[in-house]
Amino acid sequence: MELLVASAIGILTAAAVYLILRRRSFAVVLGMTMLSYAINLFLFSTGRLVRGAPPVLSDGAPAYTDPLPQALVLTAIVIGFGMTAVVVMMALGAFVEGGDDRIDMPSRDAGGAGE
Amino acid sequence: MMGALGHWLIAPVLLPAVVGALIILWMRGDLLLQRVFSVAATAAQVALAVWLLAQAAGGEIFVYRLGNWQVPFGIALVLDRLAGTMLLLTAVLALVVQLYAIGSGWDRRGAHFHALFQFQLMGLTGAFLTGDAFNLFVFFEVLLIASYGLLAHGGGEMRLRASVQYVVVNLAGSALFLAALGTIYASMGTLNMVDLADRMTRLPPDQTALIRVGAVLLMLVFAIKAALVPLHFWLPATYANAPGPVAALFAIMTKVGLYGIIRFYTLVFPAGEAMGTLVADLLLPAALLTLVLGQLGVMGSRDLGRMAAWGALASVGTLTLAVAQFTEAGISAGLWYLLHSTLATAALFLVADLVAGRRGSLRLAAMSRGAQAGLVGAFYMAAAVGVAGLPPLSGFLGKLAVLQATRGTDWTLAIWAAILVTSLMAIIGLARAGTIVFWTASDAAAATAPEPGPAPWLALACTGALIAGLVALTVAAGPVMRFTDATAAQLHDLGPYVDAVLVRQEGAR
Repeated sequence: MELLVASAIGILTAAAVYLILRRRSFAVVLGMTMLSYAINLFLFSTGRLVRGAPPVLSDGAPAYTDPLPQALVLTAIVIGFGMTAVVVMMALGAFVEGGDDRIDMPSRDAGGAGE
Repeated sequence: MMGALGHWLIAPVLLPAVVGALIILWMRGDLLLQRVFSVAATAAQVALAVWLLAQAAGGEIFVYRLGNWQVPFGIALVLDRLAGTMLLLTAVLALVVQLYAIGSGWDRRGAHFHALFQFQLMGLTGAFLTGDAFNLFVFFEVLLIASYGLLAHGGGEMRLRASVQYVVVNLAGSALFLAALGTIYASMGTLNMVDLADRMTRLPPDQTALIRVGAVLLMLVFAIKAALVPLHFWLPATYANAPGPVAALFAIMTKVGLYGIIRFYTLVFPAGEAMGTLVADLLLPAALLTLVLGQLGVMGSRDLGRMAAWGALASVGTLTLAVAQFTEAGISAGLWYLLHSTLATAALFLVADLVAGRRGSLRLAAMSRGAQAGLVGAFYMAAAVGVAGLPPLSGFLGKLAVLQATRGTDWTLAIWAAILVTSLMAIIGLARAGTIVFWTASDAAAATAPEPGPAPWLALACTGALIAGLVALTVAAGPVMRFTDATAAQLHDLGPYVDAVLVRQEGAR
């Protein structure tokens, strides 16, 4: 199971980094989403991987799993979801105003050619 | 159990949160009401910060346990000298910037300026007060999400494009932050800062590999927030395109990253057996590059706003040079320079906004001088003297303290050369820009350009207030430096923190 979780995190992160390095905002948003999945999985595994054990006190449980990473993941999911919504709105705004969805700044921003 | 301050310790976080929500719910359509409530809340914040700093100045460490959960199970807010100083700096800067935004009319160029402003304040104060690493992440997100809104305030193509960049960089930073926290939790089993520090002292030397990885990941996060080279690429475009008062408020945003570095790498992961000099070895070269690149940017900018942005970057470089010594003298010099550079950078951004308001453009080219060129020019001169670190303003003392703190190390020659040479570069760049903007006016442009009216007195008064702050910092240099010395000493002594946060809670441990 460790191998499966570790490689899932690795593949998700690699794909996310590739997508984030693209210059179009759609690919970047997808990349950010994947990165947050990878991070959530990683956070989940920081309390060690335990199968079939409850996180809170229950009668007759032979072992427990660490509940804190689960709480952290929950927080991270909520924040990540909100942030994705914000970045989508911002990218839409920039697309509507600027006419294209490039992430990098045009050269006229720094007072270069075109101004 | 409540600390000695009762519930007052959480008031600086609650006040802006409640007022921000009230503004959105009940005052959405009424700008006057928004202004009154928002300014009143920020003024109350200043009063609170003064009072809390006065409490913390004696050296006592105050703890507030949220929901009365025992540390390390619950989240604790911790008020020490460093947190108190940052609170006061934030509140004062926020009040001035907010009055400027009202005076210059920036707050009516888009919806929800005041609500976002209050949420920004909430995130900042929360980040400075919290004693829990994961809670720090949450408050970082609060202040970031408010800053996204403030940055895009007023709209416009370039501003939105810059905002998207800023959001994406910070989202990547947040992901890194979570990865760092996960690594730290996996190896230490706690995220409370003081508990972490306490466990670090008892860590067997052969088990430090994972925590070192976590500590360096965390340093990268703070380096992104502080815009240290090579993680600085987001800063110039963002700050140059931000609305003037927002850019001035953002002068404290890079300092949040530095606050994180100071807090974590003196108190939680100090250089020593477990960490070695890992963090300082990484930070020092980055700080040198940041300083040099920032001042090169000041010399090469083609508009005043971008020049101020590069100046902000350079100030982060100087500041990090001092902090990266991780000695008491270094941290003390860094704190002094932090106070100074926040005010000076904010003043330069406000002056740039004043210039933009009357010339119509920030481009460094001969144009109409605009109204009140004498007064604005004088403000520019004072802010430039502050940013460049010339006598008689506080930047000079700050640079002197940084030079003194870096004396007698392996890097002394490089650091001194960098600081002295880049100071000259800053003077050249700032003088060039000032000459073009205020002295070479073209009559042809003056004839065609619309003549903007004089800036409202409030905007001018606020810019003057920031410069007066620099003067006050210079006049009160002795007491302030003694205080930063005491702050640095407090950060290097873990015992009282452990005592206040972990030991002195009924029934715990």
